[in-house]
Amino acid sequence: MIPACRLADLPRGEAHRLDIDPPVTVFHTDDGEVFAIDDTCTHQDASLADGWLEGCEVECPLHASKFDLRTGAVDAPPAKLPVRTHEVVVQDGMIYVELSTDAPNLPPCIAARLAGGPV
Amino acid sequence: MRTVAVVGASLAGLSAARSLRSQGFDGQLVVIGEEPHRPYDRPPLSKEFLAGKIGEADLALEQDGEDLAAEWLFDTRATGLDRERRAVRLADGREVRADGIVIATGAAARTLPGADGLAGVHTLRTLDDARALRDDLALGGRLVVIGGGFIGAEVASTAYALGLDVTIVEAAQTPLAGPLGEAMGRIVSALHEDHGVRLLCGVGVKGLSGETRVSAVLLDDGRVVPADTVVVGVGARPCVEWLEGSGVALDDGVKCGADGHTSLAGVVAVGDCASWYDPRVGVHRRVEHWTGARERPDAAVATLLSWGAAEPGVLRPPYFWSDQYGVKVQFAGHAAGADSVTIEEGTPEDRDVLAVYRRAGRPAAVLGMNRPRLFTRWRKQLAAPPS
Repeated sequence: MIPACRLADLPRGEAHRLDIDPPVTVFHTDDGEVFAIDDTCTHQDASLADGWLEGCEVECPLHASKFDLRTGAVDAPPAKLPVRTHEVVVQDGMIYVELSTDAPNLPPCIAARLAGGPV
Repeated sequence: MRTVAVVGASLAGLSAARSLRSQGFDGQLVVIGEEPHRPYDRPPLSKEFLAGKIGEADLALEQDGEDLAAEWLFDTRATGLDRERRAVRLADGREVRADGIVIATGAAARTLPGADGLAGVHTLRTLDDARALRDDLALGGRLVVIGGGFIGAEVASTAYALGLDVTIVEAAQTPLAGPLGEAMGRIVSALHEDHGVRLLCGVGVKGLSGETRVSAVLLDDGRVVPADTVVVGVGARPCVEWLEGSGVALDDGVKCGADGHTSLAGVVAVGDCASWYDPRVGVHRRVEHWTGARERPDAAVATLLSWGAAEPGVLRPPYFWSDQYGVKVQFAGHAAGADSVTIEEGTPEDRDVLAVYRRAGRPAAVLGMNRPRLFTRWRKQLAAPPS
């Protein structure tokens, strides 16, 4: 498990990005729930940590795709593929993330870069 | 309501069909699309698709396996609406009868008078337009873009990256002054000259020259700009001719209330063809943005299914984005009517500004260049009800 940040340091409505590869973001919803999903929008290279958090949904800051934080499912286009979700554990006031072992759904430009192909 | 016809199969039409199903409509659903293609995403047509970075499959708006239990009529143009028979007439002589009708016929690119029949002259609105332009850009050479709006600017940016020699001709003194205001229009359009793309402002186009293929653009002041390819990006007109005489009130598009209702009961309109009343600014206006076509159908469908009894929700301020020369330009709100614009972060020289437009001291709009995080915060604030 990866320690993310202290719960007390992440106010409701805020997001905290873990700069791992690929990056993961922890969201603290207005209702007090904590979720972790892949930070990169599956449509194009954008950081969901910069997005619009509303309820259990985050809207990509660029093209307004929406993802369900609980399931990673796409709630609104242009994205078509879900983001990975990661298990979150809060222990002694610390948020930990257990990374998913599934393959991430990275956008075409990032996937091409990781594969060493043309950008 | 047992049958609903959605006229238009792009983002607004697809979103309406999705909203109908998600709001519990389980009757017969017919979606009529003029183009032969399944719903596809248009914003990449001037950017990644035109650049060859993504293909046609990447443009699909439907998810794999998505099934709305709809009857899709593609390659089918609507030619009329019969209010008595509650029917949509089709170009092939058929008609679709429906209790409820969603008008989502979009807009078409305006053209330049006299440009017909000359090879190498393009507009950009549809997938077929984008394919044809992509083929011509692959020839290289000199591109002249007529119109310095967002489509023109994005095509110029893409063509520049492909190695073409690019000139933009803009009739106004400042490109984008309409949507962004003079000061910010100047800053955003300065991206062109940063990259060696020529920007000729304050001059109109007299005509095009060429025998079978375009060879030059002739300007009002007598200048001749040589061209191998020309893109005309001078705006769009709503596709509502088919509604003339139908009883649906038209005024620069379909005139709608703040909940999407038209002058006919059981008929709503969404997307680029629809001119909704905007209570924030007190006027009807067409919002030709992707996000409007995505968000508003939900409200319009609620109106349709409740026969107008649904309480209209509060719409978010209009939002759009543009990608030019690697800079992400984002805008939300209304620039018209703002009495001040201040740069809150960044500097114009670095093309990384966050600017806030205010009217009587209250934020009315926000512009971001490469500032997605801060932009989203301001966008949320703009959408919050006045405190």
